[in-house]
This record gives sequence, C-alpha cells and structure tokens, in this order.
Amino acid sequence: MADVILRNISKRFGTVEAVRELSLTVNDGEFLVLLGPSGAGKTTTLRLITGLESPDAGSVMINGRDVTRDPAGSRDIAFVFQQYSLYPHLTVYDNLAFPLRSPARRVPEPMIRERVERTAELLHIASKLGNLATRLSGGEMQRVAIGRALVRDPSIYLMDEPLSSLDAKLRAELRLELKRIQLELGATILYVTHDQVEAMTMASRIGVIREGQLLQLGTPREIYESPSDSYVASRLGTPQINFLPARLLPEESVPPGTETVGIRTEHLQLAARNGGRMIGRVHRVEHLGEQNHVHLDYRGQTLVTLADPHRPLHAGQEVDLHLVHPLCFDRAGQRIPTFVH
Amino acid sequence: MTAALAKSTAHSIVEASPRAKAVAGGLVILYAVITILPLLWIVATAFKSQSDAIAYPPKLIFEPTLEGYVNLFTVRTRQTPDFIAKLPPPQTWYDKLVRQHDMVIAGPSKVVPRFVNSLIIGFGSTFLAVFLGTLAAYAFSRFRIPLADDLLFFILSTRMMPPVAVAIPIYLMYRQLNLTDTRLGMILLYTAVNVSLAVWLLKGFIDEIPREYEEAALVDGYTRLQALRKVVLPQAVTGIAATAIFCLIFSWNEYAFAVLLTSGEAQTMPPFIPFIIGEGGQDWPAVAAATTLFVVPIVLFTVLLRKHLLRGITFGAVRK
Repeated sequence: MADVILRNISKRFGTVEAVRELSLTVNDGEFLVLLGPSGAGKTTTLRLITGLESPDAGSVMINGRDVTRDPAGSRDIAFVFQQYSLYPHLTVYDNLAFPLRSPARRVPEPMIRERVERTAELLHIASKLGNLATRLSGGEMQRVAIGRALVRDPSIYLMDEPLSSLDAKLRAELRLELKRIQLELGATILYVTHDQVEAMTMASRIGVIREGQLLQLGTPREIYESPSDSYVASRLGTPQINFLPARLLPEESVPPGTETVGIRTEHLQLAARNGGRMIGRVHRVEHLGEQNHVHLDYRGQTLVTLADPHRPLHAGQEVDLHLVHPLCFDRAGQRIPTFVH
Repeated sequence: MTAALAKSTAHSIVEASPRAKAVAGGLVILYAVITILPLLWIVATAFKSQSDAIAYPPKLIFEPTLEGYVNLFTVRTRQTPDFIAKLPPPQTWYDKLVRQHDMVIAGPSKVVPRFVNSLIIGFGSTFLAVFLGTLAAYAFSRFRIPLADDLLFFILSTRMMPPVAVAIPIYLMYRQLNLTDTRLGMILLYTAVNVSLAVWLLKGFIDEIPREYEEAALVDGYTRLQALRKVVLPQAVTGIAATAIFCLIFSWNEYAFAVLLTSGEAQTMPPFIPFIIGEGGQDWPAVAAATTLFVVPIVLFTVLLRKHLLRGITFGAVRK
C-alpha cells in the first residue's frame, strides 16, 4: 500500500473540461470517497490515475514516483469498474485469477490458487468458484468484481461506483463488508460515488467534486457540519437542506452579509404557537414509519424537516419555528463562519 | 363453455396464436423445399445414367449408378470392342463399368487437384481476410483514427464495382507480377475483396463489446494485444464465425476472376466444372457429381460453426 498524489491535474474532451486543476492526496491506508453528481469528473479522475487517460496538464505520483507517462499496466493499481467487470467466457475462479495470470506478473499457479481461494473466502463466494461468471446473481457478480481487485496487492484500489447497480438491500450489505475488508487489509482505496450514504458510512475522508473541481475535502463529519459552500451543504443530509433567502428571516438571527441560510432538520425546531417571530404553516405530513417528513410553508417558501411521528401535527396548523445555528452563505454561496453562542 | 371461449379468443403478446404458428411453419417449409429441391435434384442426377439424366419426362425412380462419379474422377478413351476383348479382364469395378460403354480408363482426371486448389484458395483467403479484418476492425472500433469514417467508406467502396470493371487492370497487374494462375495470386485477390466485408461486419460486433473489459485487463498488466487475444476475441467468436462463413462462401463460389486469372495450375472448381460437360458428350451425371462434392465443404463448415452463430454475443453477462 502507498499514497497517491494528484497535482493540478486537468483533462478536457473536446470542449468539455472534465477535470480542472484537481489536486488530491490519498494517504496510505485511507478510504477516500469522491462524491459528486454524474458528469462531475469522478470517473475521469480515476481513469487519469490508472493511465487509461493521460492528463493534459498536471502529474500523478504513486508512492513518491511520477507515473504520469507510464502505461496503465505498470502503475500497480487495481480498478473496480461500475459494470462490465466480469469476463462472461470465464468461470468465477478464472475471473479472479485473471489479474494474477497477467504476463507482467508471472505468479506461480499454486500461489494463484491460494490467493483466489482466500479472496473468495473473504467475499463469501467460495462455493461459486466453479460457476460461469454469467450464472451469478447481481450481488455475487459484484463481489467477484471487487474480488478481482482484492486478489492483487496493489498500491491502491480504485473503485468506480461499484455498488450503484445493486438494489438497496444488497448495497447496504456490501457497503458494510467493503468497509470491514478495507479495515482488515489496511487497504488504500479511492472510491467514487454519487451516493451520500456510501460516502458518509465508508469514507475516512470525503472529497466533494463538481464540474471537474474539488470543492472541499475533509472527514464526513467536517463536510456535513461545516460545508465550505452551499453546494457541498446540499450534497449531504436527508431530507435535503432547505435554503431560505436571508431577507425573509428576522434580522438579528443571521450575521451581516448573509444572502442565503441553509437549514437542515437539526437546525429547525417546531413549537406550538407562543408568540414566536417565525411562523410556519404545516402544508403536508408524510408518515415514513419511524419518523415524519413535515412540509412547512414559511412566507411562500417550502421547508422540509423531520418530526417525531407521535407529535400531533396536521395540515393547516400554524407552528413557531426556531432556528438553531443554521448555516449562512454569502452572495457567492460561500459559507460565512458563525460562532456558536 | 366460457372457459373454452376465453381460451380460443385469448391473445398473448409473447406467444403467437396456433394459427400464426402454423402459417409461419408452413412458409418456412415451403421456403426450405424451394431452396433444397434443386440441390436434391443435383444429388439424384449424379447417380443417374447419362440417358436417365436427360430423359423426358424426368425420371423420379431410376436405377442408381456410380458412372457419373467414375467419369468425374477419370479420363477415358473410346476403343473398338475387339480391342477391349483382347485386354486382360477388368481389375476393378470402375474398370468394368467403363468398358460397358466401349471405353478404357486412361488416367485420373484433374478434379482432385482442382478441388485441392479450391480448398487452399478458399480457406487461405478466408483465414487472411478474417485475421486482417479483425485487427483492422478492432483498431477502427477502439482508437481515435484520423478520417476513420472516410477510411471505412473507402474500404467499402472496393466492393461497389463489378469484377468486370477491374478485371483487365488486375489481369495486367498480375501478369507483371507473375501472379496469374498461382494459388498465392488468387488468395491475395480474394483476401482483398473479402477484407472490406470482414472489417465492416467485425467492427459492428467489436463495437458491441464494452471496452471496460480490455481496460480492466490493461490495468491488470496485460498488453493491448494480449487483452485482444484473451478478452476481446473470445467474446467476438460469434462475429468471427459469421464473417468467416460469408468470406468462405464468396471465395469458394467466385467464378469471374477465377476464369480470367486461372487456367491450369491454380484453377478452382467453379471454372473447372463447365469443362466436364465437354469431355465425351454432355455428361450431366458427372457435372452433378462435381457439383455435389463442391457443396459439401461449405455445408460442413457452416454446420461446424453453427453453434457459434446461434449463440448470443455476451449471453447475459452484461448488467445494464
């Protein structure tokens, strides 16, 4: 295992700037998640690290060595693709052994057997080794795909949305397992996703990426609690953060220069009407079982927040709203630091 | 009663009605009869005597004879009955058969070397065309090639003119290069014609194979060619088999260039078969025998590759 450093890396396809001056360090043993919508340049970033694409500018360092111009095969990277990762004409065993049988590596066959079996054990697919790759369920296929990376002992594992094509239950299951395996092996992983839950649950650090640029890099807690701008704030949290124009709020509640206020569910308290200065009207209550989604109308804006399901709220009811340390953003969307009172 | 009614009027989107199935089946059988009947007629004619072969109305029931095949494989000379009577008794069944018509066998005919020529030229050019076509199609499919569309059109344009249009230039060129009437010359010519077809067909098949497969191999340390051989080719087998059959059928059946460019050493079956008619009257059974033998390799080749033709390309490994 080793660390990977990207320095001011850029890549453009025709008129589209896929990655713009991106700098990033993945530390040894770290699980770094790049979070962003599709088309943000996440996959391109991974492909630049592997050498499947070469950057227009900038450099890639792996383990202190500049590999920017090296071919893909010599960079000592394992890559899990979003899909199409298994060879349909091979068995599960041969699929797992494929990276080890590479002529560049020349691993002796008994050692291949040992490592394939150990990996299959780790991923709970040992009983499927003789099957054709096509005779597996979606979850098993994806385990094999991850296994194809794990049989090797590379400098870094790159994973491109490996769980995105699975259903929610399997995704949750594999998420836990992937994290367990990463800790067990002490692996360095750079993982790309658009799913905030994957990012929050697995990452040592999250990098939020948009239009080819890295907006913020930090621990999940940092990214969630102190986002650098309104976009980063909107990427995390369910229900999604509410944005209100600051002019609709009582003046003294926000610092000067605030244009927009970001209100997550924990920033908003509802109370029975008692002469408060912010009055909202309940518009709709969605019962989700363990909690309620409450849609509120506040001076023409809609706020969505969570509420205790046992609380008697009904449509049309008016409530007092209290803001507790909301996130404040200036005209450009940058966050204005507020001091905790 | 109502259940029966419901059954007879029920329409399923996925399953055709029994009547539609019967009509479709009937059409398929009719088509098969139309295409197979001439072939059966030829196979039957090969076993007829010369007089039965031209009898009118045509004989459906006849006494089979191997005369046609014997005539195809031998060269015979006509002799007087006195001369034949003086000869030692016939050694073999075909000697005997020939002497009944006041003839003796002078030696083997040229059908075997011509057939061998057809095999070498047909399979040789097919192999070359598919080999070169696969590499070219892979390159067109995967790399950013300047003017790729124009190049592909240019490759296809070689098939747009009839052989006659290029026959004379090719003939003159081949004479300069000493390639007339050589197997190598015919292999190169058929390869050149087939490569365009191969590139276009195979490009379609290779385009369908997601490039992530090779990229995974490249990241794992395989070279581009190793990835092509271990990952792409096994998945392109269906396309390669189909392309090979088309190429073989073309070069196997090709007549115009073969007549023009071969006369002896490298002559293939198509220009040779008409010559059989001329040797000793209109010997239709011998022609039919030659035609029967001529069809066999193509049928065998197609049957051998049938498995690949019917199998889907990635057969369900792709999660979309």
